[in-house]
Amino acid sequence: MTAQESSPAVEVAAPRSKAREWFGAILRQPFICLIALVGVAFAILPLWDDNVQLRESLLLAAVYITLASNLNIVLGYAGYVNFGNIVFFGLGGYVCIYLVNEWQWPLAAAAVTAGISVSLLALVFGLGILRLRGAFFALATIGVNEAVKAFVANFEPWGGATGIYLSLDVYEPLGGPGQALWIVYFLIVAVMAASLFLSYAIKTSKFGLGLLAIGENEDAAAVLGVNTPRYKALAYSVSAFLPAIVGGLYFFKTGIIEPGGAFDLTRSIEAIVMVMLGGIGTVTGAALGAFFYEEVRGVLLTTEVFSHFQLVIAGLLLLVIVLFAPAGLMGFVYKRWPRMRRLLQ
Amino acid sequence: MTDLLEVAGVKKHFGGVTAVHDLSFTVRDGEILGVIGPNGAGKSTVFNVINGVYPPDEGRIVFKGQDITGEPAYRVARRGIARAHQIVQPLATMTVLENCTVGACFGRENLPLARAQEVVREAAEIVGLTDRLDQLAGQLTTAGKKRLELARALSAHPELLLLDEVLAGLNPTEIERMIAVIRRIRDRGIAILMIEHVMRAIMSLSDRIVVLNLGGKLAEGTPQSVARNPDVIAAYLGEAEPTPAGMVH
Repeated sequence: MTAQESSPAVEVAAPRSKAREWFGAILRQPFICLIALVGVAFAILPLWDDNVQLRESLLLAAVYITLASNLNIVLGYAGYVNFGNIVFFGLGGYVCIYLVNEWQWPLAAAAVTAGISVSLLALVFGLGILRLRGAFFALATIGVNEAVKAFVANFEPWGGATGIYLSLDVYEPLGGPGQALWIVYFLIVAVMAASLFLSYAIKTSKFGLGLLAIGENEDAAAVLGVNTPRYKALAYSVSAFLPAIVGGLYFFKTGIIEPGGAFDLTRSIEAIVMVMLGGIGTVTGAALGAFFYEEVRGVLLTTEVFSHFQLVIAGLLLLVIVLFAPAGLMGFVYKRWPRMRRLLQ
Repeated sequence: MTDLLEVAGVKKHFGGVTAVHDLSFTVRDGEILGVIGPNGAGKSTVFNVINGVYPPDEGRIVFKGQDITGEPAYRVARRGIARAHQIVQPLATMTVLENCTVGACFGRENLPLARAQEVVREAAEIVGLTDRLDQLAGQLTTAGKKRLELARALSAHPELLLLDEVLAGLNPTEIERMIAVIRRIRDRGIAILMIEHVMRAIMSLSDRIVVLNLGGKLAEGTPQSVARNPDVIAAYLGEAEPTPAGMVH
């Protein structure tokens, strides 16, 4: 992020030849290196002095960065407000926990299965509700979340309203609960890095260009040849994959999953605040917004006065951003340092 | 010359209002076909039916021998019909380059990102936007946005270009420049179907002209023959309020 960085290679160049050239091309892309650095920093910092408290704080930040980054694909690129984005997280959590607890699947396999199945489900939902626009789409996404929540609360194999409690045995394959928490933490950090990479890869791809065009003016995009129904549904589906995986890992860590916690609409709204705070449509902004929001909330929750008011503050924050700084933190950065637009996508 | 586009017996109603009534005409390879007519004659509706914004109630649209009636806009674009809008539709917070890249990547040639640049520069060159490529589309002047509409459509390498009042809102100097741009486009072999109210321009540019009135075809022919047609003169200067030729609305 320092001024010494040379101007970035043009992202559009995508050599298809040898793996070595490909690797070289990656190294020439400062943003990808930056993502890798962030991932490594997240992994190493708490390990340094075995700081469990820091690990827990960073774990939450990584979860939120994952949620915000993927939400940004639909919200920031395609311009569709997905109020019910948390449904991917909750549903992913349920699928993963069920497979681990009832069928004794290994965690990684269960999490990936959760990601794939929730993505497919999102594709089906997406083809339906993405015909709607504006406020109607936003309402429909809330409907999806609430409908899934109501279904799960009455779905006995998943424990109904009481949910599923993980038995301690499931941590044994990972070397007991203590070690399992570290492993889950590293996995979540990896998913976070993958989310950032995915956001970046989509933004600099033809797919991303189509989504951005839809976000700007959907009718004009269609006249220019963008297959708007397919692109929107794909974006919605893709944005479900990693949140579902991170949901699986997160609830594996907490050891319990129940409908209220899994499909918490507040968390959905908080994810929107994070994206807006950092800068809608930017990879860096979604991540920074999530990180700062999570850290600030952590501080607020531990103070006497604010612990009950953190949602009030989230609401006020959203209001202030929408009114005075719709482009968020990155809007400010880009204005101050225009060259950053290229470097920090 | 063979027929590139055939509009056959198209009807379109909106509620009780008949916007287009049993309209037929053809666009031939490489020609400029002008469409004129008083306000409300159904000109923009015809464009919307051709490029798939909405389907006709009756009738067929045939492009290069294939029936494309009722196909969605993105598929029509992919077939090689590009459009410049009457009311400019810039992708405002994207640059001119990015706007045109969308045209190039999703138009007829379906180019990958890496190969779009060259095409876009060429299109920008034709319309004279080369020095504006890195500017945000929303920051262009009205004339600039009109040029952007053209550049974006050209980036798709279309075979047929629909121009919906690209001269409206421009001053005389800008109109002169734009006319030159349209000639340059035609010289590249792209057929053009254009709606225009600036009579001087459409008379000099068009190979043939179709005159619409009340959703139907009033006359068709060379600019000279259309200008002398008594029905056309009546529609423009007849019983109703006079609409002076050359008026920009």
